[in-house]
Amino acid sequence: MEAKTKDLWVFVETKEDGSAKNVGIELLGPGRELADKQGGKLVAVVIGCGVKAAVDEAACHGADQVLYIDGEEFRQYSTDAYVAALDHLVETYGPTTMLIGATPNGRDMGPRLSSRLQTGLTADCTGLAIDEETGCVAWTRPAFGGNLMATILCTDHRPQLGTVRPGVFKKPEAGEAKAEIVKVDFSFPAEGIRTEILEVIKETAGELVDLEGADIIVSGGRGVGSAEGFEPIRELADALGATVGASRAAVDAGWISHSHQVGQTGKTVGPKLYIACGISGAIQHLAGMSGSDVIVAINKDADAPIFGVADYGIVGNLFEVVPALTAEIKKRKG
Amino acid sequence: MNILVCIKQVPDTTEIKIDPVTNTLVRDGVPSIINPFDGYALEAAARIKDKDPDTRIVVLSMGPKQAEAALREALAIAADKAYLVTDRMFGGSDTLATSYILYNAVAKVEELEGVKFDAIFCGKQAIDGDTAQVGPELAEQLNYPQVTYALEATSADGALHILKEGEDGNYIVSVKTPCLITFTKPSFDPRFPTIKRKMAARKATIENLTSAELTNIDPTRAGLKGSPTKVKKTFVPPRKEAGVVIKEETGEESAQKLFELLSEAHVI
Repeated sequence: MEAKTKDLWVFVETKEDGSAKNVGIELLGPGRELADKQGGKLVAVVIGCGVKAAVDEAACHGADQVLYIDGEEFRQYSTDAYVAALDHLVETYGPTTMLIGATPNGRDMGPRLSSRLQTGLTADCTGLAIDEETGCVAWTRPAFGGNLMATILCTDHRPQLGTVRPGVFKKPEAGEAKAEIVKVDFSFPAEGIRTEILEVIKETAGELVDLEGADIIVSGGRGVGSAEGFEPIRELADALGATVGASRAAVDAGWISHSHQVGQTGKTVGPKLYIACGISGAIQHLAGMSGSDVIVAINKDADAPIFGVADYGIVGNLFEVVPALTAEIKKRKG
Repeated sequence: MNILVCIKQVPDTTEIKIDPVTNTLVRDGVPSIINPFDGYALEAAARIKDKDPDTRIVVLSMGPKQAEAALREALAIAADKAYLVTDRMFGGSDTLATSYILYNAVAKVEELEGVKFDAIFCGKQAIDGDTAQVGPELAEQLNYPQVTYALEATSADGALHILKEGEDGNYIVSVKTPCLITFTKPSFDPRFPTIKRKMAARKATIENLTSAELTNIDPTRAGLKGSPTKVKKTFVPPRKEAGVVIKEETGEESAQKLFELLSEAHVI
């Protein structure tokens, strides 16, 4: 389809309580720059149920316009209802570009939408720019488990779509809300939703594993040695307000559940700080965490490949270093 | 139940090295494997067949002729029949063009098999491209419901019950058939082929589907030319400079030193 406008859209995914997920607000930062270069508006698109909080948040983080759809059928994410809603919005307003956070839902919805619109989608981008030659968005993304970067263009189809990895861009500063807010009437029939959530199995004792959105991750690997060995890892994570991660070796050994796994067959993460404890640094693990801002490695083996990507490496016994670090943090932070 | 499992042959990325002189990927001599996530999809189908032996599992791949090796491995593990979509015209397809070709291939395989698949199982993503897009794009063209990030699937009277990973725990989702499911890594290891199945797989006929068979394919929607996305350039990510190595007398001293460095750098 043809773009009706030069507008750039950011899909702002909501939580069940109607507030915005971080990544949607983060993307308003690069979205602003790209929209200015494209010569169009920056539009935040919000879908959910009771989404006032998300609409307000988008409005005060730089959006020129907020389009939102609010309805009970959108309280919980479903592929069928969300793709229909976005398709309706795109057909109605005709943006030239749309950024979608590469969350599990974003990556479920994005390709479905690109297929419906018959346009190009670039997955899990970590870099965004405008290509000088064509004026299109230059989407840069890792492939081959992070061993290769590729820059992708979508020159002839609109809108050009991309999912963007959470945590890559910083949230823009909040300012005065100056966005035009537009409620779009759209509903989706309940019988059109062909999936039904029968049961939600929360992690044990309310422990949420949001690795992708975490600012700090403390991970354990083979060197942790046992399920009990994760105790000092958890204590350090608690002291830092961090999320607990793990390498495949620790997950395969049954010491911790797969939802904690970082790496090629687990989650790809990009926290501000990643502390790898007793992780040797197999390439599959590095693929999932080498995009972290600062990496600390604690390992007995001075030749472990993890030290090749670490900003700070401690060669030593994690069972001495980790509790000492926890104690130090508690002492200094009171 | 009739299940179609889509698999891709990929280079074993654990074996990939970067040429330090040219700064490019060295792919020579890198072994090819079944994409691990597709292996989990095949295992999920095999587990349905374990409970219901009437289940028939067909595997489909798209790629050059040598991708037959991956299909033979799938036959040795659990599949009953294999098809390879292969044609120069299809080379260079992006995810949307690939899903379009696969959509046409699904229809052709259904015609040849004389069945309609109740479910199409795919891996969440391939470990070379890492896009996780072909599954949902194919589901859209088929107009099937989809469930992504699946761990396990069980058959339940006109539906599948899928245990899937969510952001805040796991879900059990019921999805009507026909449907398309993409699988991530479950808590169990996929089965290995038996010697007997391996020998049978070696002799099995793998049907090739080319543009001559897939006559409905519009060439302007396939291959490099039919792909809306184009690769402008590729590059090897810049390597990090060597980090600071901390090796004090005791673990405690190292921890203190680390804390100081992290504080100075305003990381914590």
